[in-house]
Amino acid sequence: MKLKNLKKLALTGNEAAAYAMKQINPDVVAAYPITPSTEIVQIFSKYVADGEVDTEFVPVESEHSAMSVCIGASAAGARVMTATASQGLALMHEMLYIASSLRLPIVMVVGNRALSAPINIHADHSDAMGSRDSGWMQMFCENPNEVYHTVIMAVKIAEKANLPCMVEMDGFITTHEMEMVETLDDKEVQEFVKKRIPLYSVLNVEEPITIGALDLFDYYFEHKRGQVEAVFKAKKIISEVVKEYNTKFGFNFPDFVEEYETEDAEICVVAMSSAAGTLKEAIDLKRESGIKIGLIRIKTFRPFPYEILRERLRKFKAVGVMDRAETMSTLGGPLSIEIKASLYPLDKKPVIQNFIFGLGGREFSLEDAFHVIEIIENIKKGKKYDDVLYIGIRE
Amino acid sequence: MKKNFISLKELSERNIGLAPGHRACAGCPFPSIVRMVLSASDNPVVVANATGCLEVTSTIFPYSAWPVPWIHSAFENVAATIAGIETAFRVFKKRGIIPENKKINFIAFGGDGATYDIGLQALSGAIERGHNFLYILYDNQAYMNTGIQRSSATPFGANTTTSPAGKVIPGKLQDRKDITEIIAAHGTPYVAQASPSHFYDFISKIRKAFEIKGPKFIAVLSPCVPGWGYRENESIEIAKLAVETCFWPLYEIEHGVYKLTYKPAKKLPVRIWLEKQERFKHLINREELITEIQKKVDEKWERLLNLDGKKIF
Amino acid sequence: MKLKNWKELPEGAIIKNTPTSPEFKTGEWKTKEPYYHAEKCTHCLLCWLYCPDSVITVKNKKIDVFLLEYCKGCGICAKICPVNAIEMREVEL
Ligand SMILES: Cc1ncc(C[n+]2csc(CCOP(=O)(O)OP(=O)(O)O)c2C)c(N)n1
Ligand code: SF4
Ligand code: SF4
Repeated sequence: MKLKNLKKLALTGNEAAAYAMKQINPDVVAAYPITPSTEIVQIFSKYVADGEVDTEFVPVESEHSAMSVCIGASAAGARVMTATASQGLALMHEMLYIASSLRLPIVMVVGNRALSAPINIHADHSDAMGSRDSGWMQMFCENPNEVYHTVIMAVKIAEKANLPCMVEMDGFITTHEMEMVETLDDKEVQEFVKKRIPLYSVLNVEEPITIGALDLFDYYFEHKRGQVEAVFKAKKIISEVVKEYNTKFGFNFPDFVEEYETEDAEICVVAMSSAAGTLKEAIDLKRESGIKIGLIRIKTFRPFPYEILRERLRKFKAVGVMDRAETMSTLGGPLSIEIKASLYPLDKKPVIQNFIFGLGGREFSLEDAFHVIEIIENIKKGKKYDDVLYIGIRE
Repeated sequence: MKKNFISLKELSERNIGLAPGHRACAGCPFPSIVRMVLSASDNPVVVANATGCLEVTSTIFPYSAWPVPWIHSAFENVAATIAGIETAFRVFKKRGIIPENKKINFIAFGGDGATYDIGLQALSGAIERGHNFLYILYDNQAYMNTGIQRSSATPFGANTTTSPAGKVIPGKLQDRKDITEIIAAHGTPYVAQASPSHFYDFISKIRKAFEIKGPKFIAVLSPCVPGWGYRENESIEIAKLAVETCFWPLYEIEHGVYKLTYKPAKKLPVRIWLEKQERFKHLINREELITEIQKKVDEKWERLLNLDGKKIF
Repeated sequence: MKLKNWKELPEGAIIKNTPTSPEFKTGEWKTKEPYYHAEKCTHCLLCWLYCPDSVITVKNKKIDVFLLEYCKGCGICAKICPVNAIEMREVEL
């Protein structure tokens, strides 16, 4: 239930992210342009130029430096945000691990895009999946409205967990899609995110600390174990913050997974980001012809909600998992592999079919979604398929 | 320079440097360099350090030798890291979280690999953006931490593990980059070259740099016992000979004006410096190569003599 | 020293209360050590400035004690001393 009338703005995913950043008014933003996230950087620079925020904007010379500046500023105790995509995220790769190990709650908006070569500027999840084990939290949004609200929630989640967080959306499909976004007042945003209370600050000259020391074989493992624990603990924080947000502002955003028409469903499809929108439409239509299919959309991919998925997916006869990234020679896309692993302890488990789709922005049409649903329905009836099926490719 | 003078006695009262117990090689001169830099500051300091010998030997968990706030994140990004910290400091002042009159000197330490090579882009970017920090390049002229590989700071002829002196090739075939001139070409407000052997000169430069707003850069020669191949007690002497032979001239470029801060009373032949080091041993009987090196040293020195007192930007 | 388990370590792998390196004694590396002739010393402080291992301490602007448990025996102090007040001697095992 909405507690009040929220201001509705027609915004693209990039605009929604930039607008949320404006309302957050972080201490430091260091960023570098790359399609399809460039606009976030441009719009935010304009906010700075117009005095709508008093953030220090650092127009760095590369994404590697973007993340390095973010790390320096965050280690000084600042609230820090950035945005990137694809090659930019890949160039940052080294620094992602450092940000998370130093426990710095940087929030980064990612417009998911394919990785070169061949160079391609359109949506897929190769960039995000390349950083899935870096210790960052990763929240995938379906549409601009969700992007806006998730950026705000991510600041609080990150700072409570002392872990960095990526807020991700599909390149062009969501970054450039315009949609009605229900926005909060600046004051509401400020009150929700509050002030950052850092674990430590490199600016504390009275009580100096050393950050980023060398670990040899006697401590590295222990430090990593502690870091993993922090990521596990973040699950509770995510649930709490999302719940607080929903209660405060009358929303119903998912913390880990969103369920659609699963109640009486016999089969299910699992997806992330914008593909879920197309699948929901297809599900509505297929249900009219009697196919009992539901959807589970994974919102938070890291920390990975394997307990939830195990619980929710166990009842289905067949489950299709949609992957917008390759693993080059394993049993399918990363999402399907992790879901298979999640269900492994169950005695009776659904058949899991992996679909790879949409690489390099290849359209995922309603027809494609129908096709996926039909295959899952056939599996329920006993038909067998290859481990990995490619959807929407010219064979 | 007078204004920036501080006596050793005064410096000893401050005595901020690496604590004992660090693992730098016996005789490594960079701990003294760190002591000069930190003790010369009238304000508290925050240090960022690139990956390399200094970082590795001074912070082996749980032992840190740093008495000041210190951060290391990666090899190629120390300038970006200090830029982030300095930016946070500025925004905290702007937002009233830190009092306006609070002073901190931000210092980045990087080796030659971190500066001439892999970190040049981040350094160039941080300078262009005008962050307020002092960059100290401790130049040991190779990648020492990983076992003496060549860098673009390695001088012509030097034997390193990736420019080995062999039967056919006499060590490194290329000249070193002139990093000081590269940084000066950015229009950097203060750029200098220094040596730990000439400590008054070095300390004065550090103190002058702290007084100037914006990016500052000092390249300080940091001989390396195993990398250059000399006895443990000779580090300071080797650094001194580099200056006296004019291989490593001491000068500064302040707001575009060149100034030679030290002119040797008698310029020594570069051979004297080369002969002291194992890394040049294979050159000693190659008169033509020594002559070539001498010629290059002379040319650079002449150029500096000509530039002395001139304004270039 | 007993190594800490993962729950006892500070988050973010930071080191607090620095410097902590003095807990590590590097003096075992040395084969020679400085012998200080106090009567010759003019307290120019050059050895203090150049000792890489902060072995030589200064009190009231004068050379004070040598913390030999950290001395690596490099001999820089003896070499730099203008009045030969420091002499390197073999360490007795
Ligand atoms: C991206 C990256 N590449 C390579 C390395 C390996 N590495 C660590 S330190 C170093 C050399 C450091 O050389 P320099 O900057 O000259 O410092 P020195 O060790 O000589 O003091 C190298 C190659 C690294 N840590 N990171
Ligand atoms: S290898 Fe060279 S630079 Fe590194 S600690 Fe030893 S002497 Fe110093
Ligand atoms: S021998 Fe070296 S380490 Fe020992 S006191 Fe002298 S300068 Fe310091």
